[in-house]
Amino acid sequence: MPSSQPSNEDVIQPAIGLKGWLRWTWRQLTSMRTALILLLLLAAAAVPGSVFPQRSADPNGVTAYFDANPTLAPILDKIQMFDVYTSAWFSAIYILLFASLIGCVLPRTAAHARALRLPPVATPKNLKRMPAFKAVAVTGIKNQDELLAKAETLLKKQGYRVAREGEGSTGSVSAERGYLRETGNLIFHLSLIGVLIAVGVGGGMSYSGQRVLVEGESFVNNLAGYDSFSPGTFFNENQLVPFSVQLDKFEVDFYRDLTLKNKANAGTPTDFRAYVTTTMGSTGKKSAGLIRVNEPLSMPRANLYLTGNGYAPSITIRDAKGVVVYSGATAFLPQDKNYTSLGVIKVTDVPKQYGIISFFYPTVGELPSGALTSLYPDAAIPMLSMNIYQGDLGINGGQPKNVFALDVKNMKQIAGGKSGVKGLRLQLGETAVLPKNLGTVTFDGLRRFASLDVDYNPGGVWVLAFALLALAGVTTSLLVPRRRVWVRKTEAGFEMAALARGDDPALEKVVADLAAQLTPNKSKAKKVAKPATTDQPKETDE
Amino acid sequence: MNSISLNADLAAISRLVVEGAMLIYTFAFLTFAYHLSQLASVKKSVRAGATKLQRIGIVLLAIAATVHGVGVVLRGIAASRVPWANMYEFSITGSFVVVLIFLTALAIKDIRLIATFVSGFSLLILGTADTIFYIEVKSLMPALQSYWLVIHVMVAVLATSFFNIAAALSIAYLFKTAKWVKASKLKVVDLMRRILALFPTEDKLERLSYRFNIIGFILWTFTLIAGAIWAERAWHRYWGWDTKEVWTFIIWTIYAGYLHANATRGWNGKRSAWLAVVGFVAILFNFTVVNLFFKGLHVYSGLK
Ligand code: HEM
Repeated sequence: MPSSQPSNEDVIQPAIGLKGWLRWTWRQLTSMRTALILLLLLAAAAVPGSVFPQRSADPNGVTAYFDANPTLAPILDKIQMFDVYTSAWFSAIYILLFASLIGCVLPRTAAHARALRLPPVATPKNLKRMPAFKAVAVTGIKNQDELLAKAETLLKKQGYRVAREGEGSTGSVSAERGYLRETGNLIFHLSLIGVLIAVGVGGGMSYSGQRVLVEGESFVNNLAGYDSFSPGTFFNENQLVPFSVQLDKFEVDFYRDLTLKNKANAGTPTDFRAYVTTTMGSTGKKSAGLIRVNEPLSMPRANLYLTGNGYAPSITIRDAKGVVVYSGATAFLPQDKNYTSLGVIKVTDVPKQYGIISFFYPTVGELPSGALTSLYPDAAIPMLSMNIYQGDLGINGGQPKNVFALDVKNMKQIAGGKSGVKGLRLQLGETAVLPKNLGTVTFDGLRRFASLDVDYNPGGVWVLAFALLALAGVTTSLLVPRRRVWVRKTEAGFEMAALARGDDPALEKVVADLAAQLTPNKSKAKKVAKPATTDQPKETDE
Repeated sequence: MNSISLNADLAAISRLVVEGAMLIYTFAFLTFAYHLSQLASVKKSVRAGATKLQRIGIVLLAIAATVHGVGVVLRGIAASRVPWANMYEFSITGSFVVVLIFLTALAIKDIRLIATFVSGFSLLILGTADTIFYIEVKSLMPALQSYWLVIHVMVAVLATSFFNIAAALSIAYLFKTAKWVKASKLKVVDLMRRILALFPTEDKLERLSYRFNIIGFILWTFTLIAGAIWAERAWHRYWGWDTKEVWTFIIWTIYAGYLHANATRGWNGKRSAWLAVVGFVAILFNFTVVNLFFKGLHVYSGLK
């Protein structure tokens, strides 16, 4: 392009040079080749996100990666390898791609709208050059125009748009079908823009909150009600409809095989059910609900999902005088498929703080090494083991600490491990004496907990609608054939030709069928010429 | 529910039946391969006898597919659900669908010459499934208990099968157009050249591959959407760049690139054929490496 080379004239009139240059850039950007390269770049750019852990999907994985690769991780982090899908480079590619898409599709939409209103193109002079061609000799046609009229009717019936040109011996019919192909293509590309906008706007207005609920507990749908909460950019707190949810009961089914033939399957969970009662804040109306995996509970502007579960042993701790210093059901995090679970108890209302790291085994068994393990996920022989640490719990510092972890760096172990005092073991209902005259601990009961995810994304239905529209568009575009057909009167009879956009295996057949239909008496028709080009599909055996 | 009944004995029978099918596939594959070598013979009399071989091969392939189908159905009955909930089952069902589509397509298009590839490839998948992926029948984890397992996965299997056949055609195209194949004086290459001469023309291979790929692309687009709908139900968001989602997206984008390449001057022909092959390699990668070694929700460690 000449305008890309600045010359002296450009210096005198810089505006034109700039404009020309911009136009050149725009033309490059909206070219088919650029679109293709950007698509392939996008595919390649998505790969690292599946290789490295991503902050959005797997924050713990990122932390673990930093621990395992302390030198490499910060470098990778600099080039946003842990945030691939929001990274500058990934965004740049898809923004360019969509700019190209808009620049390409809008003019095409306008052109297509014009084409829809115009008659089919004029019949070319030389039909023989078309990929499918046939000349038929017919004798004894009384009315020259009759044949063309018939061709017109036949083609119209097959969904062609038809134009008649000329009269008598020089007359012809020009027909075109398959405008839907281009319509489908444009709908597809335009819908992709719709998907992108719906994803962006919907994501901004969405929120996601997590809450662990032990059976019997409830929470209120406000910011304080959640253990963790991630709002979109445009979220505001008023979006949260006031309601509360109580977990009444949590049930799990495990696969039981009494024949013990299928050992691999024994103990696999087959169903989780969270029975809840919801109360609307505005009306106080209560209703019962059930949440299962794959079956979230719909609330106004919120969907409640079941994302995890486990055991919550009820524990009561009394000091040496018998005063209760800790009491309640604490959620323990499952560590394996038999629900060996880890829990942390922090006792703060005592002169010298202490913490307990505890394992829970729903069906306890002993390994050859003497260590405990869980043999089955259901609570058949429940057992708690406890190691106790005394010292600074780090709670008074004002720093929020993970409820599932105990930082024992500044603490002294007083039971279990190498402390010289055996770790405690309690069966359900048992009470054990704590070391150092700290009092007693009782394993009073056992409940279950459910982790709930509360999510709302108003963009979801729009994304789906545009995605389905895109699917319909692309299907139409790829499967509807677009072709032009011409019929022209000749001295000897008539000739016809067809041309397709893209690959069209039926092209020859279309012409042959039309010829047969137009010939008054088949025996009189005689093929006088073969297709000029033979590269059109014709299925042959080997 | 505990009422789900798993039948371990029937599963064992199913495995035997599938292994039986593998044996017949082996015969079919050898017949097709032998047929090709006969066709490439310089002697006219040898070439004339080859057509019969091909017919025998097709019959063997049909028998193998029938036995294979029985094995798949038995597996489904043994597990009392659809037989595509883990890698083993996905492999045996997927390879069955590939052969089924190939045999059906034979009625419409003459693509008999890729029979060697199709039977060999299915045999390879079955062999891998039987030796590496095999597991006992298991009940479905709650996340998989959804009718989307039936729809989403079935359509993915179908799409994969169409892409598979298209890739075979594109590979044939690439060999046929390769400069080194045309020029080399090596004896092996000469034999290959003669075999390739029997294949449909370059033009036709390209068009056939395109036909299979567009069907595959439509089905894959549906797979992607259905997956997002299911993810919204099961994982509380319709899209989260989970590894499996990432690869579904990558594959979709590669094939979108392929479709563009077909309409871009300088990119149709060899380059687009390469894209069709790369797309299929990405599918294989998604199914093997991503499934086995990458971390993600699809292995479902969240709920235990
Ligand atoms: C998000 C980016 C894009 C995607 C995913 C995409 C996808 C597709 C797909 C799947 C097709 C084949 C189906 C059909 O014909 O409807 C197609 C065709 C087409 N695309 Fe795109 N496209 C994108 C961007 C673009 C851009 C930027 C342009 C303009 C430069 C473009 C121009 C075209 C054209 C002209 C066709 C028709 C090709 C033919 O005649 O076969 N596309 N696109």
